[in-house]
Amino acid sequence: MNTHQIAGVGARLKVDIEEKAFRTSNGATIEVLRDLRFEVGQGEFACILGPSGCGKTTTLRILLGLDREYQGSVQLPGLSEASIGAVFQEPMLLPWRTVEQNVRLAMPKHLREANLDGLFSTLGLSKMRNFYPGELSLGLARRAAIARALAIEPDILLLDEPFVSLDEPTAQQLRHMLLSVWSERPTTALMVTHNLQEAIMLADRIIVLSDRPAHVIGTFDIRLPRNYRNEQVKADLLRSFNTRFAGPGGVP
Amino acid sequence: MAFASSQQQSGKIVSTAPSARQWSSPLMVFLSFAALLLAWHAGATLWPSRSFPAPLLVLQTFISETASGDLPYNLAITLWRVAAAFFLAMVVGSVIGVLLGLYRRADQFFNPWVILFLNIPALVIIVLAYIWFGLNEAAAIGAVALNKIPNVVVTLREGTRALDPRYGEMAQVYRFSALDRLRHVLMPQLQPYIAAAARSGVSLIWKIVLVVELLGRSNGVGFQINLFFQLFDVAAILAYTLAFVAVMLFIELVVVQPLEHTSNRWRRRSA
Repeated sequence: MNTHQIAGVGARLKVDIEEKAFRTSNGATIEVLRDLRFEVGQGEFACILGPSGCGKTTTLRILLGLDREYQGSVQLPGLSEASIGAVFQEPMLLPWRTVEQNVRLAMPKHLREANLDGLFSTLGLSKMRNFYPGELSLGLARRAAIARALAIEPDILLLDEPFVSLDEPTAQQLRHMLLSVWSERPTTALMVTHNLQEAIMLADRIIVLSDRPAHVIGTFDIRLPRNYRNEQVKADLLRSFNTRFAGPGGVP
Repeated sequence: MAFASSQQQSGKIVSTAPSARQWSSPLMVFLSFAALLLAWHAGATLWPSRSFPAPLLVLQTFISETASGDLPYNLAITLWRVAAAFFLAMVVGSVIGVLLGLYRRADQFFNPWVILFLNIPALVIIVLAYIWFGLNEAAAIGAVALNKIPNVVVTLREGTRALDPRYGEMAQVYRFSALDRLRHVLMPQLQPYIAAAARSGVSLIWKIVLVVELLGRSNGVGFQINLFFQLFDVAAILAYTLAFVAVMLFIELVVVQPLEHTSNRWRRRSA
């Protein structure tokens, strides 16, 4: 019915989902995805942008291997089995383990004893290593979740609206932190968001999805390196994005 | 100045309240027990009777029984049975409970069995176990465990239904090993339910163990109490009972409570 195959090193992320539908409790089916096809190159940071409820999280769950009830195929980059660094909408840290234990538990056996000082200090978590997640603010818990995703040295990074429900300064600080840890070891990354400014700041490529059933309306490539994207450039990018994707089915 | 003094004042108020409670609590316990002993002593001196011995006589019996080695021996035997039945019931009950919580079909099928076993009187299970399996140690411990297992099953089934599937998904994405999943994802979520089952388990099991010993064993606290009942030796009955209650209290204070304290460490200091 579907193939969740993984190709050799250097392969791209290839998504080709013909159909994904949910069955509701009263027997009706809701088509969530229909002919959703896109690719993300090795080391590329892509953002999926789309209206809320359009199936972005469903797409990510399929990529994470948590949902196998779909028609089509998905190809993750990496060796035999792609290791996935996932940042969920909620931080999903184990509340009964400390920040550092949470990070180390996710790591594969051969990395368990690795030195994490650099990662924790880049993310400003050096003093919180022995804190329990319940003692952290949402922003700090999100940072810990990002630390966990990157500590495993993943083949692909999948992020599901990791900056949602944070105040703007905190979110902005976190975006910079994410960029600096990601730049140290750029992996193929796919982030779901509904925030266009955020996508313009972070992404090499923005994949724009339609309303349900979701398919790709178009992609918006940003070839300019991130450190050249000042306020003026971002405003220009925003304007050209809006002229391209304006109209019905576009992004608000 | 004003700021400093008000801070000092508020600091004082905050610090006196808990320390006063901490100081008074052991004293209250002591006073309460002392009052009970005094009332007992007064009652026993006012109405002297062989069936209502004074506390001092009970203490003497306790000392002589301890010196002869009878009391420590029988206490140890009973404690061993309590421990064996407890671990058997917890392990078997937890496994069944988690399975029933995970698989709805199995739960629908086995639920009537659980209700049936919940409602069979302890005495019936004990008598049947002795008849079917003989008057031996395995039958005794098995019968006690069987009385407790349905309780554990019901509690752990609820705990399993309350598991947060998102932690399981996280563990799946990050490829936790089966052992890590059990240790770091499943057990911490079930821990409150296991603690609840264990708590009620210890108190239920030690009472049933005495019945089992009374009916079909030739040693243990239950057997001794039956013996002293035949001899009408109330002082010895009380000496054994109090010794056993003291041991169970000791286990509660020294083993169970610190263990709960440690495993709930992450809960207390929430931001």
